[in-house]
Amino acid sequence: MIEIQQLHKNFGKVEVLKGVDLGIASGGIFAVLGPNGSGKTTMIKSILGMVIPDKGTIEIDAKNILKKYAYRDNINYLPQIANFPNNLTVSELINMMKDLRNKPASDQSLIDRFALAPFLDKKLGNLSGGTRQKVNILLTFMFDSDLIILDEPTTGLDPISLLQLKEIIRTEKEKGKTILITSHIISFVEEMADQIVFLLDGKIYYKGTIAGLKEQTKQKNLEEAIATILME
Amino acid sequence: MFKILKYSFFDLMRSRWSYVYFLFYLMLGIVLLFLNNDTSKAVITLMNIIIVLTPLIGTIFGIMYYYNSREFTELLLAQPIKRSTIFLGQYLGVSLSLSLSLVIGLGIPFILYGIFQSSAIFNFLTLLLVGAFLTFIFVALAFNVALSNENKIKGFGYAILIWLFMAVIYDGLFLISLMLLEEYPLDRYSLIASMLNPIDLSRILILLKLDISALLSYTGALFKKFFGTNLGMISSTLVLVLWVILPVMRIIYKSKKKDF
Repeated sequence: MIEIQQLHKNFGKVEVLKGVDLGIASGGIFAVLGPNGSGKTTMIKSILGMVIPDKGTIEIDAKNILKKYAYRDNINYLPQIANFPNNLTVSELINMMKDLRNKPASDQSLIDRFALAPFLDKKLGNLSGGTRQKVNILLTFMFDSDLIILDEPTTGLDPISLLQLKEIIRTEKEKGKTILITSHIISFVEEMADQIVFLLDGKIYYKGTIAGLKEQTKQKNLEEAIATILME
Repeated sequence: MFKILKYSFFDLMRSRWSYVYFLFYLMLGIVLLFLNNDTSKAVITLMNIIIVLTPLIGTIFGIMYYYNSREFTELLLAQPIKRSTIFLGQYLGVSLSLSLSLVIGLGIPFILYGIFQSSAIFNFLTLLLVGAFLTFIFVALAFNVALSNENKIKGFGYAILIWLFMAVIYDGLFLISLMLLEEYPLDRYSLIASMLNPIDLSRILILLKLDISALLSYTGALFKKFFGTNLGMISSTLVLVLWVILPVMRIIYKSKKKDF
């Protein structure tokens, strides 16, 4: 599905990505982990075309994606911070996103699921942070795309919505979607992820199953396994 | 591009500040016309206000809009659309909504006053055109500054500095240079110097249209002597168009290379 080769990126003098090689197969949930500043967001943003790499190639379905834009029609992205135009209503925002894409959207089922119906005519500037995050999730999952990228999806969600989110992610996985998640919440990763990609210092340190990482570090749980890597 | 334009335009037209801006021009128009009772004088007073105020408001709105919608822009960048489309759409949305506040806000009192029966109609239209030009120019400059500066405070500072330079400092420097260089022939130098500042250029354009020689500055008089009234107006308009196109091209260029 995704093939990244020798990806380099500097921000000024800071070398963030130092030659990332990563292949991600179709289908399943991949958690991207790593300490702050390890290059998780930069890598994900490179896939999305928001960051322009200095060197290296990224291919999705065997097609080079650098400097292109049409490929993003097949990607759903959930940004970390939900901030929308303050004076548009929720339904206008949904329509805007539908306008920008050329494919059918299943927004109604998600509106029902997150009980967003009473907010549809409210201005986005008047919504609470949690409701805005629900709208954010709705915008992400209303399209049917093969690749789904979630950046810290659990931020600001109440427990019920978190359950709903996990359920949605599982349903998408069952449909054979490829899902990339970054998260700092280890329990969430342990519960959801099939494989983890561990970034350290701008390179891929480990890619494989959670069990494999535990074995490699000889620790009983994921949190301690990660701590072991970081302490080395 | 029109999809992005449409939604940024809707968003901005509903913002409180658009109403404030609109009401300000409405009040200004009413006060000037109905207390003054002389359209020509009202147009001159308005010129002096518009020439300073539209660039300032364009600068502030442009820079605020860019920084406030940064996260939303990131979401748009992840959609299957070109980068230039996003930024041009947003730029046009801001510029158009500000220009509309100006045109409607001043248009209503002038129509009520009976501008269509008056010979001042074309002077008035020139004024609106120049106001719109200045808005488009300074919003573009503000977007340029914002695209080059990640830091909000710095970006805001630079943008305001550009406005201050064009609106106030430039004229002072220009006068000083004229005094220092008075032994030399300065015709060509002055013409070029006034073309390099859109605010000066707008002032000359309006005064040429009003045909009030007494108010024409040295450069204005030069423009008239050099080009004649009509050619002077056409050439100053063309330079204003250039002042829109060049910053917009830099917006496209910068946005293509930027990391978000």
